[in-house]
Amino acid sequence: MNFNALMLEMAVALLALLILVADLLMEPGQSRRKLGYLAIAGLTGVLLVSLGRYGLQGAFFNGLFLLDDYALFFKQTFLIGAILVCLFSLDTVDNLPHSRAEFYVLLLFAVVGMMILSSANDLISLYVGIELMTFSFFILVGYVLCETKSTEAAIKYLVLASAASAVMLYGMSLLFGIAGQLSYTALAKGLTASPALIVGGVMVLSGFAFKIAAPPFHMWAPDVYEGAPIPVTALLAMGSKAAGFAAMVRIFTEVFPGTGYPWPLLLLLLSGAAMLVGNLAAIPQTNLKRMLAYSSVAQAGYLLTGMLSGGFAGVKGVLFYLMIYVFANVGAFAVLTAVSQHRNGETIGDIAGLSRKAPVLAVTMTVSLLSMAGIPPLAGFVGKFFLFSSAIDAGYLWIAVLGFVLSMVSVYYYLNVVKSMYLGAPADDRPFEVAMPVRVTAVFAMAATLAMGVYPGPLSQLAEVAAKTVFK
Amino acid sequence: MSFPVLSTILFAPIVGAAAITFLPTTAGSTIKKVSAASMGISFLLSLMVFFGYNWQTGGMQFVETLTWLPEMGASYSLGVDGLSAPMILLTALIGFAGVFASWRVDERPKEFFILFLLLVAGVAGTFVARDLFLFLLCYEVVVIPIYIMIILWGSSKRVTKEYAAMKLTIYLLLGSAFLLAGILMLYLNAYPAGARTFSMEALAQAGNSGALSPEFQKFAFFFVMLGFGSLLSMWPFHSWSPDGYAGAPTAVSMVHAGVLKKIGGYGLIRIGLLMLPLGFKFWAPLIAAFGVANVAYAAFIALVQKDMKYVVGYSSVSHMGYVLIGIAAADVIGINGAVANMFAHGVMSALFFAMIGHIYHATHTRHIPDLGGLAHQMPRATVGFFLAGMASLGLPGLISFVPEFTIFVGSFKAFPLFAVLAIAGIILTALYVLRVLADVLFGPRRTEWDGVHDLHGADWVPLVVLGAFLVGFGFFPSLLMDVVNSGIEPLTPLLVKIKTAATLWGGL
Repeated sequence: MNFNALMLEMAVALLALLILVADLLMEPGQSRRKLGYLAIAGLTGVLLVSLGRYGLQGAFFNGLFLLDDYALFFKQTFLIGAILVCLFSLDTVDNLPHSRAEFYVLLLFAVVGMMILSSANDLISLYVGIELMTFSFFILVGYVLCETKSTEAAIKYLVLASAASAVMLYGMSLLFGIAGQLSYTALAKGLTASPALIVGGVMVLSGFAFKIAAPPFHMWAPDVYEGAPIPVTALLAMGSKAAGFAAMVRIFTEVFPGTGYPWPLLLLLLSGAAMLVGNLAAIPQTNLKRMLAYSSVAQAGYLLTGMLSGGFAGVKGVLFYLMIYVFANVGAFAVLTAVSQHRNGETIGDIAGLSRKAPVLAVTMTVSLLSMAGIPPLAGFVGKFFLFSSAIDAGYLWIAVLGFVLSMVSVYYYLNVVKSMYLGAPADDRPFEVAMPVRVTAVFAMAATLAMGVYPGPLSQLAEVAAKTVFK
Repeated sequence: MSFPVLSTILFAPIVGAAAITFLPTTAGSTIKKVSAASMGISFLLSLMVFFGYNWQTGGMQFVETLTWLPEMGASYSLGVDGLSAPMILLTALIGFAGVFASWRVDERPKEFFILFLLLVAGVAGTFVARDLFLFLLCYEVVVIPIYIMIILWGSSKRVTKEYAAMKLTIYLLLGSAFLLAGILMLYLNAYPAGARTFSMEALAQAGNSGALSPEFQKFAFFFVMLGFGSLLSMWPFHSWSPDGYAGAPTAVSMVHAGVLKKIGGYGLIRIGLLMLPLGFKFWAPLIAAFGVANVAYAAFIALVQKDMKYVVGYSSVSHMGYVLIGIAAADVIGINGAVANMFAHGVMSALFFAMIGHIYHATHTRHIPDLGGLAHQMPRATVGFFLAGMASLGLPGLISFVPEFTIFVGSFKAFPLFAVLAIAGIILTALYVLRVLADVLFGPRRTEWDGVHDLHGADWVPLVVLGAFLVGFGFFPSLLMDVVNSGIEPLTPLLVKIKTAATLWGGL
């Protein structure tokens, strides 16, 4: 038993339990802000420890759980995302009517689930990771009890995610039936071309497509994104998607090649559908959370193009893109948190005139959205460059052309937000107060998006190191 | 290492913009002075580059190279040759004039000048980049500031400014989507994995050495042509241009019509011709045909416009037709003319827009039938307007006569029919230009304009600096042509080599 491989997950889980206990020791009416700081400090500590763990190769429980640079890169992505989400949710949590400490606890458990997913090397650990993450999200999505939208979103998510899990589990059982094994290495050897493999493979893929919100399994995203509290939406948009990709890339590069399962074709269709549906459906949205939901569907499409080649360059692109997507997302959702606290709404009308009231937030929003659209010198441009060039290199030219064209279409709806912020008249005259943590998060996310766009070298090298371990 | 002239030209506006972010919103005049100072530095240095460029030795000069993204084969490398030296001068010149043409922007001046300086820096970057990745970065950077500037400080006439801004943005971005795809193909196919590079010299080497098959070149060039064609407002992708210019604030129209558009022509030569020569040759007849459509079609539309900005907008589309024909001729003389004409048109259209901006500011109308006899009240603006108009119709002694003449000489051999049609376009140009000049400037005095201000203070700057180039390069065309020729002359072997290559159809 090599517990060292599992150290980061254990640390985050312990942190969650610590907060749970500390909550019991505090007076009921007391602010739980300190627990939020504890979560941030703890996660930062774990992140710092994880920085020194590159190059480690460890496995736990007969290869059920694998620690390598690839998993580590994803764990850091989740940790960074969680730290920033905690930071800008401090005030939202303060305003919650009930169970404030449990918010951080559940958030941390969701992160543990994601971290396990990135290390899953066996269908069992894959499933455990998915469920741990999803169960935490069930509660988080419906966190505000008396709000109908939030509850509705939670029920939708519960029903649909359970169905998706069931389908995926059935697919896994078929794969197990063919190979008689559960570990990826054994599956790669044991799977042979057969109709059952295709059925099982498609079912597993559907489960993943649900997690990354790729059509036709994306229907939950707009409603759930809209109903959930903003920090939860942010974590769902980046964490759940990144975790889905983390597990998916591993299984699609280690298990399925050489088995006769026509996954590149399926991914091609999924990717094209995601880019088309996401970008076109985002155009008429007036609620920014819904717009970002459709935009995240489109992002899943861009990311899938990186998986098409099934090669090193594409995986590197996926890793790079997911990391910068975290920053773009955090920037956009942090601004949205501030707007929503001020206006109690998050439509395009609520954000009108933001550039006059809070110019820094308006710039952050612009930078984040344009990075998602892939406009240089922001990080999204380099990310898309990596993804699409890997697809073109593998012979998938037209999906890349479609991606480029639709990225430019996406500028249309992103610029509508920019237009509202810069041109629209503010909806009220009340002074716009931005809480310090939100401001810090926003500025940090903007700076990171700009810095990684102008000088992507270090992150791209890190992604390269991480991607290499998948193709050992 | 010597003083990094080109980096300073590139970064002076960015530093200026950064400085302005720390100034209070109310410090309007300080903001303008900072902008003028930073553009002034760029302008002086670009003059130094242009006149200091040794055209007898030619080649890349003022070279700077820094490692940037070695794993992708991209580096921060700058330099100018005979092709880019006039363009960088044009950028800084118009940027400098643009700051003064915006001197009366008092609504949210902070944002205006930050965006304007970033815009100029982006344009400058495309011309000094010797690395394709850097070029792409700067190329796309410029679109977003333009969008925000049009919606905030633009004007709604025939179409709303929001519509104009979005139309311009979407056209240019869709064009750039194809361009990106084309350039990525080029990057991936020119060298095997591991040896890939964005260095323009290396890619041109690959295109010339036969590393890229003729089929691939034809395919990739089509994408590149769509991208640069829509930026150059090549017919039928031109319709964003008049609407966009009409909606934009003066300085944006100046930069956009004057120099941003020229990235299209510059790219067609630098990337299209040099890196994909066979593809270029194959599609050249189509480019020439589109060019003729530009000249004739836009000129006819310009004839009936009632808004001064639309006249100049369509006129700029029409002039780009000459540039396209000159480039498509694939001949040293023709390309010389095209590059020189880009410079000439840049100066002329910037002056046009500056003067229109002033007249609009003074009279609050751009509607031609409402205006008339302004020469009585605004003699100084009349001089500028008249100079720009005369340059537009190619009057000898002004900047655009020699370039246009050169284009006709160069293209007559390759496309005799197109050249004749294009020459006929000059008559139309004369018609619409003279009509505007007559209706706006001349005629009896109109009393309602008696109180309006003529050019004063900062308004003089655009007229003086742009007018100086208009007349100076008109009387001494060799100042411009020698530099341009030093960049184009070395292409002779390449042009001879592709002379007999396959084309879409034979010469017309």
